[in-house]
Amino acid sequence: MPDIEAKERKIIKSTRKLSDILFENATFLFALLIAAIVIYIFYEMFMDSAESREKFGFGFITSLNWDSVRGEYGAMTFIYGTVVSSVIALIIALPVSIGVAVFLTEIANSITRSAVSFLIEILAAIPSIIFGFWGIYVLAPFMRTVIQPSVQSVFGFIPIFGGSGAGFGLLTAGIILAIMITPIITAITRDVLKAIPVSQREAAYALGATKWEAIKMALLNAKSGILGATVLGLGRAVGETMAVTMVIGNKAQIKESLFEPAYSMASVIANEFAEASGTLHISALIEVGLILFGVTFIINSFARLLIYSFTKKAQTR
Amino acid sequence: MTEEKEILTVSPGVQTDKTEFNPEEAYEKSKFALETENLTVTFNGREAISDINSKFRKHTITAIIGPSGCGKSTFLRSLNFMHDLTPGAEVSGSIKIHGKDISEYDMTDVRRRVGMVFQKPNPFPTMTIYDNVAAGLTLHKRQSRKILDETVERSLRLAGLWEETKDRLKVSAMALSGGQQQRLCIARTLAINPEIVLFDEPTSALDPISTSKIEETLYMLKKDYTIIIVTHNMQQASRLSDYTSFFYLGKLIEHSKTRTVFTAPKNKLTEEYVIGKFG
Amino acid sequence: MTDYYSMIKNNSRGRKLKSRVMLFLCVFAAMLAILPLVYIFFYTTIQGASSLNLEFFTELPKPVGETGGGMANAIAGTAILVGLGSIFGIPVGILAGIYVTEYSKNMFANIIKFVTDVLSGIPSIIIGIFAYGLIVIPMQRFSAYAGGFALGLLMIPTITRITEEMLKLVPHNLREAALALGIPRWKTTIRIVLRTASGGIITGILLAVARAAGETAPLLFTSFGNSFWSSSLDSPMASIPVQIFNYAISPYDEWHRKAWAGAFVLISLVFIVSLIVRLATRNKYSQSA
Ligand SMILES: Nc1ncnc2c1ncn2[C@@H]1O[C@H](COP(=O)(O)OP(=O)(O)OP(=O)(O)O)[C@@H](O)[C@H]1O
Ligand SMILES: [Mg+2]
Repeated sequence: MPDIEAKERKIIKSTRKLSDILFENATFLFALLIAAIVIYIFYEMFMDSAESREKFGFGFITSLNWDSVRGEYGAMTFIYGTVVSSVIALIIALPVSIGVAVFLTEIANSITRSAVSFLIEILAAIPSIIFGFWGIYVLAPFMRTVIQPSVQSVFGFIPIFGGSGAGFGLLTAGIILAIMITPIITAITRDVLKAIPVSQREAAYALGATKWEAIKMALLNAKSGILGATVLGLGRAVGETMAVTMVIGNKAQIKESLFEPAYSMASVIANEFAEASGTLHISALIEVGLILFGVTFIINSFARLLIYSFTKKAQTR
Repeated sequence: MTEEKEILTVSPGVQTDKTEFNPEEAYEKSKFALETENLTVTFNGREAISDINSKFRKHTITAIIGPSGCGKSTFLRSLNFMHDLTPGAEVSGSIKIHGKDISEYDMTDVRRRVGMVFQKPNPFPTMTIYDNVAAGLTLHKRQSRKILDETVERSLRLAGLWEETKDRLKVSAMALSGGQQQRLCIARTLAINPEIVLFDEPTSALDPISTSKIEETLYMLKKDYTIIIVTHNMQQASRLSDYTSFFYLGKLIEHSKTRTVFTAPKNKLTEEYVIGKFG
Repeated sequence: MTDYYSMIKNNSRGRKLKSRVMLFLCVFAAMLAILPLVYIFFYTTIQGASSLNLEFFTELPKPVGETGGGMANAIAGTAILVGLGSIFGIPVGILAGIYVTEYSKNMFANIIKFVTDVLSGIPSIIIGIFAYGLIVIPMQRFSAYAGGFALGLLMIPTITRITEEMLKLVPHNLREAALALGIPRWKTTIRIVLRTASGGIITGILLAVARAAGETAPLLFTSFGNSFWSSSLDSPMASIPVQIFNYAISPYDEWHRKAWAGAFVLISLVFIVSLIVRLATRNKYSQSA
């Protein structure tokens, strides 16, 4: 480097006060604490499930056995219950949520909009124990006396609608879950739709599109954001405990019919943990929890990344 | 008018040649409230202003003019560490306050000596008029009620806001008009008793009447403070200031007495800008 | 855009009809989504309000068969558990939020944001297992501490997020104004920035508290439950949601009525808090507009 070119620059730096440094580091520590907690949750559950993991290995996931008397544990029935009830929830909640989001962003006037979003906010805040309680005394009887007979009279020949449930089962759990995850999918879909520039829709109108066609374009443009919202709702459904516990029937079995009782991962923990019959039982329950944690972690990470990338794209547009 | 004459006769121009040293200049130097040497600011490695050498005489008003984006605000903000908050900003060179290097002062001390009033009025919205003016004191250390009361009144008077607000000091600052809010911000800055006050286009968001009130205030403040004001308003610069600096593309093109800049600028660019050919 | 042109080539009457139908379906979806809320809300109110009396708030639960009694211990328990959670969750949430908006460089801010999102997605029953392993096992008993800790953890993501959002809304020039007065950065952050955002942050905290008050799963094996007054914070403690759960799955009508009353209390709390939040944020918007 030629000497003449090398300009010597004296950087002017501010001297930072000790109190400032302390405060910044304190806030940093708390931010770090959150990260540490998440990692530690995983670590603790991994360690505490050691007994069960060593005894059953990978067979734990595929085994249908759950017998605390004989000390044999496997998670498949719970995984099945969780997956099926969550998928039912999504199938019901997704179209409804998209409809509500479209209603809020494109159709409603400002008074209706704020009233409906307020009601949906409340719906999101109602404790799940209340959904469950309502499920036991209102939804389950309704399923048994109205839905099940009428569905079976028409579709009874299809195995998934057969059976002889008493109102408590996969379908009831799925419906409760659908009610519970509708607000979150709606809220994010609404935000995603809002992020789509108005100019796009105006251009569509200018070319003679109908209102629905313009909305459909917006929805297509927002599909990665909506997918994120959906996956996030799925994460909620998978982890939901009380409401499902109260209506799914709590029977560790896999039956063809959606009207039959089943069991979910979160429910078996809620029901058996406090009265577990020994260390292996606890360990097996924690392993179920570990699977649940892993699954929700993956689902949520995926959902968030989708939503982040969508909002980033929308911002730079 | 007499005051202005005095200044004009006392100050023999600031365009000094740094290489030669003479005792007279050393004496002059003590008259400078603020000096910069090779002051350069980069944002993420891109220079916004470069090698600004400038001196600001005590108890004068200096106007900084130049087209938008030429680095006026950047320069002003480097004088009291305002770039601290900007990630990627780097300030280099040297700044002297009363002949002493800025690094020898504590940062908050610098900011208390070099006050700043911003383009948009920015009173603290959660505070009353009184608390706004007193904020610089109360958030610095505990103060007696008496001192606070006195300071608030003195500052509001200086800023020309006392008569309008003395009966409603406990009202939220947001209840004031834009012009009043700006004068409140001036009072808030004066309350910490700075030696130098930087104004970044303080009247560009205001109506003509508020503007002239603030100009009056500035003119009065000259007795006790050294003032640097960024302005896009040529009339304002020529009305108000003793010296004028012309910035262009991040460089200080000319720094002379205001009369010189507006009547016989040394640089062609300055002339073109002043007569409105560009900018 | 090609499919778009094919869209407008079609005959326009059919398209208009389709548009109508789809828009109607959206309106229908909105009504469908609100229906369960309205149903649950009125059902709980009708079932609960009739069993609600002064005794409910002042008496301990009575054994099966005896009429009367209340949920005083569970109400106090929920207040204590949520209080313990707040002591832990509010400072952590706020300080972490401050770090993200005020101090962190982009990369780390994004990581923390991601982690809080992950934390908010962790099922609450898992948080219960975590608190069980961390506090119940070493103490060898169910305790209010463990329950409070679990609730605090659940509050953190909401509070961090709302703090971030609210601090972001504080105009940058207020920070500059304060710093230019020679006020140190940390004092600027607390006394000016946080103070300016406090309205929004408080509503966020209210929301987090109301949510925590309704949490059941994380309490099942941390604070457990108690039919009597708890003697101390390191003993099991009753809470409204757990009490509702125990009563709801019991076969006794009398207990069901008690549970509905408890549910009504919780739902009222949620409703009132949501209303406060709504009003507070609406005022904010109209002010800034
Ligand atoms: N925070 C920042 N990050 C990156 N670049 C910046 C930043 N602030 C200013 N700049 C750049 O520095 C240059 C000078 O900006 P500055 O704000 O000082 O101009 P100005 O003369 O005050 O203009 P105006 O009259 O419009 O206020 C501009 O090119 C601007 O883009
Ligand atoms: Mg500027």
